[in-house]
Amino acid sequence: MTLKLPIYMDNHATTPVDPRVLEQMLPYFTEKFGNAASRNHSFGWTAEAAVEKAREQVAALIGADPKEIVFTSGATESNNLAVKGSALFLKDKGKHLVTSKIEHKAVLDSCRALEREGFEVTYLDPARDGLIDPAKVQAALRPDTILVSVMFANNEIGTINDVSAIGALCRERGIYFHTDAVQGLGKVPFDVNAVKADLVSITAHKMYGPKGVGALYVRRKPRVRLAPQMDGGGHERGLRSGTLNVPSIVGLGAAAELARLEMPTEMVRIKGMRDRLRARIEAAVPKAVLNGHPEKRLPGNLNLSFAYGEGESMLMALKDVAVSSGSACTSASLEPSYVLRALGIGDDLAHSSIRFGIGRFNTEEEVDFVADLVIRKVAKLRELSPLWEMVQEGIDPNTVQWAAH
Amino acid sequence: MSYSTKVIDHYENPRNVGTLDRNDPNVGTGLVGAPACGDVMKLQIRISDSGIIEDARFKTFGCGSAIASSSLVTEWVKGKSVDEAEKIKNQDIARELSLPPVKIHCSVLAEDAIKAAIADYRKKKGEAIQAPSTAGEAHAREAFDPARGA
Repeated sequence: MTLKLPIYMDNHATTPVDPRVLEQMLPYFTEKFGNAASRNHSFGWTAEAAVEKAREQVAALIGADPKEIVFTSGATESNNLAVKGSALFLKDKGKHLVTSKIEHKAVLDSCRALEREGFEVTYLDPARDGLIDPAKVQAALRPDTILVSVMFANNEIGTINDVSAIGALCRERGIYFHTDAVQGLGKVPFDVNAVKADLVSITAHKMYGPKGVGALYVRRKPRVRLAPQMDGGGHERGLRSGTLNVPSIVGLGAAAELARLEMPTEMVRIKGMRDRLRARIEAAVPKAVLNGHPEKRLPGNLNLSFAYGEGESMLMALKDVAVSSGSACTSASLEPSYVLRALGIGDDLAHSSIRFGIGRFNTEEEVDFVADLVIRKVAKLRELSPLWEMVQEGIDPNTVQWAAH
Repeated sequence: MSYSTKVIDHYENPRNVGTLDRNDPNVGTGLVGAPACGDVMKLQIRISDSGIIEDARFKTFGCGSAIASSSLVTEWVKGKSVDEAEKIKNQDIARELSLPPVKIHCSVLAEDAIKAAIADYRKKKGEAIQAPSTAGEAHAREAFDPARGA
């Protein structure tokens, strides 16, 4: 089999729509185009039935009741609705929130917005391995804490948090627990009742569904109440007004069902490819440092720092492979990844990080191609690197007093 | 981020990669930048007795634009006198490589690297050290003398 280039290995950023998902979506663009809110004709009933089926499919993936699923435009909206919606609803009960420094920006910036409204937020540091310690969450809780928001799996380093322990702490105290689960859902098992989650953010495009559609799980027992962030026709139990995006919701449902059915075999297959990639690279590249916990991570995630090689030039060297880097140079801000910085790994290693995201459509041939390419290109970049030269001469660049610039 | 064809050419075929003997009295070494900032350049020049730069070598840790900027200046300084090389401005480098605004600092660092290498050479020759560059960047050479090591 010949490889088709470029190879896509950035499945934490987004995933392609599975053709089986697309096939189920297509009729809802054309012949089944009805508005799910039209109650008085068959076009509306057909659309509504499709939406309700998708609601069941999404609920089944996370062990929820379909009535607890609220469709949204994606995880950014779900995170905004969960964080701002619960805080604003509960503002008379308390004004303190707890979250972590490695959350998605949609959670962090929602928290910042609430701080401007007079709320207080505690931002927890992850451990060096990227995990959020439940004991730290517990220590941060106060009598006026109303919401804890800690992600299920991290998008950069793939670490999977002990959300069940955090959920239990919150439930005992009657504090809402929100988890942004977009990276983990459909990849590893997640059950809202085992986790005792009150609010769960879901998106389709990280699990082979379309972009622009997602959902928020909102617990009914004990009842979780939110202040809606969108005013209008009162769709989705009044929590999210706006005509439902029927074809995309059908796609989200189909993607959730495929992910649930194939998870047992896919987890093993994808983890096998990830482990193969890691083993091949580490066998040939000295000083390749794994970022994040070695086991408690998503099956498809590999995040490595290639010390003394810079991330953006690595991406340039890997031009036939789509991966991403925590290097500053890949962002407009010139700051290295805030997630990697929060781990305390040092800016130099953050600049040298590459995130590989292996997914459903990757093959072992692709993994071998990428491993070989990485091995060759890291060697080439280190040949160019004055830091690597110092290391070869026995000088540790960390002991050099560099001038900041 | 898309790169100009010149950046890609220098990145894929870097000119004058390597190291000169830093203990050679005719070699000047400049080491600028910092690993935490994501770019470090080492630029070395060997100067003939008549004051002409006969060879230049570089090694760079940094993005494609940083590698291209240092590769380009090694080409430019060869055959120039020290005084001529000192006149190379970061704007010339940025223009030649069509660097976008967010990458201008790479050309600034390359200018600093030349100035640092020349200053090191002059120091060895016992000449007065020139005033620090006005390019707006701090220099690693003040904290780290490459001739001595760490």
